[in-house]
Amino acid sequence: MKFNRWVPWIYALPMIVFVMGIFAYPIATLFLYSVQNVGASAFASSSFAGLANYRYIFADPLFATAIVNNLKLFLCVPVMVVLSVILSAILYDRPRGWRVYRTLLFIPYVLSIPVVGVVFGYIFEYRGVLNTAIRAVGLDILARDWLGSPAWAMPTIMFVIVWKELGFGIVLCLARLMSVSEDYFESARVDGARWWRILWHVTIPQLTPAIAFYAVVELINMLSWVFAYIYVMTLGGPMNSTVVSEYYIYQQVFTSNVIGVGSAAGVVLFGIVSVLIVVRVWLGRRLAAYGYE
Amino acid sequence: MAMSKPARRGPLGRRRMLGSTVRHGLLVGFSMLSLLPIYFMLVNAFKTKQEYLGNRLAPPQHPVLTSLSDAMAGGDLYLWLFNSFLVTAASVCLSTALAALAAYPLSLMRWRTGPFIYALLIALLVVPPIVLVVPLFEMVVDLRQLNTLHTVIVIYCGIMLPFSTFLLASFFATISRPLLEAARIDGAGSWRAFWEIVLPLSVPALMTVVTVQSLWVWNEVLIAVVFLQDQGLRTLMVGLTLFNSRYRHDVPIVMAGMLWAAVPMVVLYLVGQRFFIRGLTAGGVKG
Repeated sequence: MKFNRWVPWIYALPMIVFVMGIFAYPIATLFLYSVQNVGASAFASSSFAGLANYRYIFADPLFATAIVNNLKLFLCVPVMVVLSVILSAILYDRPRGWRVYRTLLFIPYVLSIPVVGVVFGYIFEYRGVLNTAIRAVGLDILARDWLGSPAWAMPTIMFVIVWKELGFGIVLCLARLMSVSEDYFESARVDGARWWRILWHVTIPQLTPAIAFYAVVELINMLSWVFAYIYVMTLGGPMNSTVVSEYYIYQQVFTSNVIGVGSAAGVVLFGIVSVLIVVRVWLGRRLAAYGYE
Repeated sequence: MAMSKPARRGPLGRRRMLGSTVRHGLLVGFSMLSLLPIYFMLVNAFKTKQEYLGNRLAPPQHPVLTSLSDAMAGGDLYLWLFNSFLVTAASVCLSTALAALAAYPLSLMRWRTGPFIYALLIALLVVPPIVLVVPLFEMVVDLRQLNTLHTVIVIYCGIMLPFSTFLLASFFATISRPLLEAARIDGAGSWRAFWEIVLPLSVPALMTVVTVQSLWVWNEVLIAVVFLQDQGLRTLMVGLTLFNSRYRHDVPIVMAGMLWAAVPMVVLYLVGQRFFIRGLTAGGVKG
């Protein structure tokens, strides 16, 4: 529809104002803060710091730990992708009660992180249910302080993240499979192809766009949306073993009150995420070129 | 469909039987794992502290309701629930309204700047919230608006807008153009076309956007931690971590509190599953 050239602007204006206020202005300020010694209060003045904040974070072993922990979280993504492909392929065969299974498998995604984190906290306690069960079957050697030991806290958090995010992948892949023509699967079955061969040669190629989308979304999540898990389950401990970059920034700004340092780390995080944005846009174009709508 | 085929005998049939057993086993196993925390909350919320110490995983021998009522005592949970509800309702209403207004010209009007704004919104989808929180915090402190619910409502609304505008624009784009052109020729202005054609046709899409946003705001932690530091203003998600440390010695009360907190979203999900699933898969199934 064609209207006066100002009409679209009038409709979009409130949204644009909000987005400027919540995104554009803060991002610009963040870059400014990252090269300043920001005053700790409104009355203490800020001074130009050059690249001192950046030098500080790149020399800080804790920041390196935080980045490495984010990279460890990336390892969750292939696990989630493989499990959701297999489970959605099984559900696609519509076994008895598949709707119920789909509902149940999606429940973790709906539960909130504090609830999940607290409940798993009691399950993973040193005297908790998991260790009791492990000891009951005589495998005492496997019992650990899951969230309380530096070596195991991160893998335990990764388990909880996979547990929670898996439902999203299953539902995503299943929705994609259901929008694909059934003929592909039927003709493979008529040709006598077995389950694994159908999975490999028909299901996975058909799922490529959904998998790509899920993987990119989850990679971004692992960088920018894991604060709540850390805040609820470990607060970065034990011995800073579960500090991720989000939590590092939070600590610098809201605990140590060095806003400039936190902002410099924020700029670095923002840079890493921007690379992923480019990948996502590129993937979108690439897949569009293959004729996926 | 595979189900209707008669089972064949012989080696192939046996292999198929085995495969089907394995597949059902996988589904049952993963479903049980998905339900584990809910099971743990359910069985332990009905125990006393003493019974929990001796029996952590089995259903209660002597179910009691005291933990469930003790969790509600003192009124903190009510207050947190109320705050969460208020913040969620206000920010979701505001952001859906603004997103619908902006999605309308983006998807249905001839607008040269439109595609550029659309691309920008997609890029903003992935900005890490912590990056925004640091400058916003300084800004809010300077404006003396820390510890107010309206600050948080505005921030939530702003953060959700790129996603909700993007999603609504992609739904609006499927509305039939000839219908709108006909209305235009009959003399309907842009507002009438929006109010009487676009919105009524998009009720399911609006429901979808509202569901996804509500789930996100209800479960959000970081912004609530940073901007609502006052005891009386905590949202449920932040309150729960406090609740956990307060009752650590009495696990059934913690579990009862978690159960109260989890019920609203689980019920909403079971009722509106269609909208949840459609909203969350909207970006992924169609490129």
